[in-house]
Parts: sequence; structure tokens; C-alpha cells
Amino acid sequence: MKLSTKHLLGIKDLNREDIELILSTAQQFKEVLQRPVKKVPSLRDVTIVNLFYENSTRTRMSFELAERRLSADVLNFAASSSSSAKGETLLDTVNNILSMKVDMVVMRHSASGAPHFLAKHIPAAIVNAGDGINEHPTQALLDAYSMQEKLGKLEGLKVAIIGDIMHSRVALSNMYLLKKMGAEIMVAGPPTLIPKYIAEALGVRVEFNLKKALQWCDVANVLRIQLERQNQPLFSSLREYNLAYGIKRKVLESLGKDIVIMHPGPINRGVELDSDVADGPYSIILNQVENGVAVRMAVLYLLVDRES
Amino acid sequence: MKNSVLKTILSEQQLALTVKRLAHQILENNLQLADTVIIGLQPRGVFLSDRIVQELKAIVSPELVQYGKLDITFYRDDVRKSLHIANHTDIPFSISNKKVVLIDDVLYTGRTIRAALDALLDFGRPSKVSLCVLVDRRFNRELPIQPDYAGKVIDTIISQKVKVNWKEKDGGDEVVLI
Repeated sequence: MKLSTKHLLGIKDLNREDIELILSTAQQFKEVLQRPVKKVPSLRDVTIVNLFYENSTRTRMSFELAERRLSADVLNFAASSSSSAKGETLLDTVNNILSMKVDMVVMRHSASGAPHFLAKHIPAAIVNAGDGINEHPTQALLDAYSMQEKLGKLEGLKVAIIGDIMHSRVALSNMYLLKKMGAEIMVAGPPTLIPKYIAEALGVRVEFNLKKALQWCDVANVLRIQLERQNQPLFSSLREYNLAYGIKRKVLESLGKDIVIMHPGPINRGVELDSDVADGPYSIILNQVENGVAVRMAVLYLLVDRES
Repeated sequence: MKNSVLKTILSEQQLALTVKRLAHQILENNLQLADTVIIGLQPRGVFLSDRIVQELKAIVSPELVQYGKLDITFYRDDVRKSLHIANHTDIPFSISNKKVVLIDDVLYTGRTIRAALDALLDFGRPSKVSLCVLVDRRFNRELPIQPDYAGKVIDTIISQKVKVNWKEKDGGDEVVLI
């Protein structure tokens, strides 16, 4: 048994068996992370470069920790402090790095499709750590892992993805993944932040009323409002967004059932999520971060180049 | 599988007696299991360790038997040759300053045990580690590793394979040469 792909460019390319293999391997790595020595020698002859053309705290640290926990050698590249600023092309940068005998590339880029482009031109395995508004596959995998850990299954689970669906690579990866694993999906948010034909294109429910969405779901995956990707205002103010679509404790308590609150971070407190929800008993946000390391260890372990 | 069996090494009855003997030998050297922990190796050593633990619990009071399972996949020396799927590790106690009895079904090249020793050290520093196997293929070692308890020592050639079958997994208890 092994993954059906050489790279992890998006959840779109994975099949259900791939996802199950990654999640079950992540479970074993999660146990490793509870040991007195939280490190295994599996990738000690592997060098991995983290190529970040876009800012990141969580994802970059999580990948770096995953790589180090696997004993890989790690190179970090941040575009802001590199020769990209001098005009070097992406392909030139990567080829230069690879000539220093690097085996894997973990990459984040603001352009959708940048890792796919790279995969066509270089021999190393590529892990997409977020490309533009396309996909963020490891986030979807760690979200799925966290849901499965909390609720015991993915099949049949009702998941509402709430907020800025339009600009969210987390939303798209989550939808692909949950669909493949047999969960039911609803997207909720203001009409201006939900792509018009999403219901037909991806087979998801669409809801513009937050309370109805929360009543329907077992899990609410709340997305960050991505002001940096909006060229024009798509809602009138952050305060108004919070009033209509911010998750409030009062609303959660009025549902008459427990739902799980997730968020990929970073949180805009008081916008999409109120503080007493983010830090409250419904939230598994910090579990998501913890699971991220184990899931990324699984992805790297499963993707590393092997003789057979 | 049956059609290629060259020889039965242990029948069901012999296997049951051997397991009993191994349990008694372990107890002989670790009276009352004071400061001793049993660790079975995933995936197939666990069937043997389950049986040995069952025997031990019948002799000493069950709460004295500390039993864990160790998977060595991430410590293998052939990680880059082919992909191995990991199994669950469960060691819910400290092994620091304990006497660890590692249990596996067949000792062959010794590479699994090498990996297990590395893995074990990540859980703490045991005062002693000993090795218990059901079958010792003594002429095929690639590393200087020997068992402390062996159910059956056999001489085999590399092309042969020793298969330990367990009721709970393979439908019957026996050890065969194929």
C-alpha cells in the first residue's frame, strides 16, 4: 500500500484510500509525539526545503517541526529575505536549491497553481503548503483528522464551512476531502463571499443564515476573513460581519445540542469568532494545531522517494 | 499457504507448551515480575506476547504484569527501500530503570530487534533488556543479536520462510517451514 501520487499538490488528486492511509499514519505519529523523545530517525538521510513565498506562522512552524521530528535536514527559505526580491524566477530559485541535493520541497505561494507548475519541471517531491486561493491540502487533512478524533468518524458527518468561502483554499481542500470521505457539507456566509455556482460544482449545500447552518451541522469550520485577498469590499464593515456571521456563545448555547468549532487560524477575534467561543469548550482549535504536526509527519513520511 | 509447507516446526500442542515454558522462564529470571515490563513487537510478535502475558497473569497476580506494544516501523534501516505501514505503539508506563522483556515471533536477521532497541530508548533508559522469541533461525543473523529465551532453535536456509500461524489471525496455531 502506498499513496497514488508522487506529490501532495491538492486533495483533488487523492483518492479515499490515500486519505485513509495518511490519517492512519498520522495517528501513529501522534503517539510518537507523546513519547519522552518525540523524534524518529525515519528521514535522517532526507533534506527538505520550506519554500515560503507568502507569510505563515503556524504552517511553516508545523512543517518545520514535523520535518525535524522525522530527523530530516531542514532548509528554510522566505521570499521576503531572498534573491526573489532581486527578480530571480521561481524555477531558477528551486533549481538552484535542488542542485544542493534537496529531496523534497514544501511550498507556499500566493499564486494558485505554483506548486503544480513546479511539479512539472523538477524531480523532487512537492508538498503544497497553500497556493493562492486554490488548495491547502495539509490543513484539510489535519481538520479531518481532528474531526475524526473528536467525533469518531467522517462518513455521514455534517460539516458547515462558514465565512469567506470565495478566497479560502482551506475551504476548497476541506470540501474535496470531506466529499471523498462521505461527509455532508454546507457552506455558509454572506452571498458576496460564496461563489455563485458552488452548489452545482461541488455538490454542497449553501446557506446564508448562520443560525440555520449551526442548527444543521455537527461541526462548524469557521474561516478567517481574508482582507488581504479582497480587492473590493465584499461586506460593509467587520462589525457588521460579526453581527451577522460571527460565532457567538449565546447562539451556540441556544442550539440545544453540542457542535464542534474549528478554525484554521489565525483568528480575527471578534470578527468571525468571539473570544469566548474560540477559547470555550466547543472549540478544538488548539487540538487542530497539535494534530497538524502529526499529519504533516505522515505526509512527508509517505511521500519520501523510495527505491520501489 | 498449506501446499508449500515443507515441515511443521511446532504443532498446536507443542506451541501451547512452548508458550507456557517461555512464560515460566521469564518468571524464573524476574521473580514476581518486580520491575519487569513485557513489550511485544508489532505486528506479529504481539500474538506471542498476548499469550505469554495471559500465562503470566494466571501465575502471578494480574496487576503485576505491565504489558506494552511497540511498533518499530519508523526505526527501520530500510525506510528508503520500500514503504512500510506503521502499527500502533502503546506503552502506557515508564520503562526507565525497568527490566524490559522484548517479545517477537521469529528472530532472523536481527534487524527488527536492532530497530526495537533504538525505539525502546526513546521511551526511557531500561536497566536491562532481554529478548524472547518463539523461533530462533540461528544461522541467518546479520547483526550480533541473540535471544535470551527461545521457544525453538532451528537451522534454515535463506530461501526458506518460517511462518507462525495464530488462531486469532490465521485460523490455527502452528509454526511451519515453507
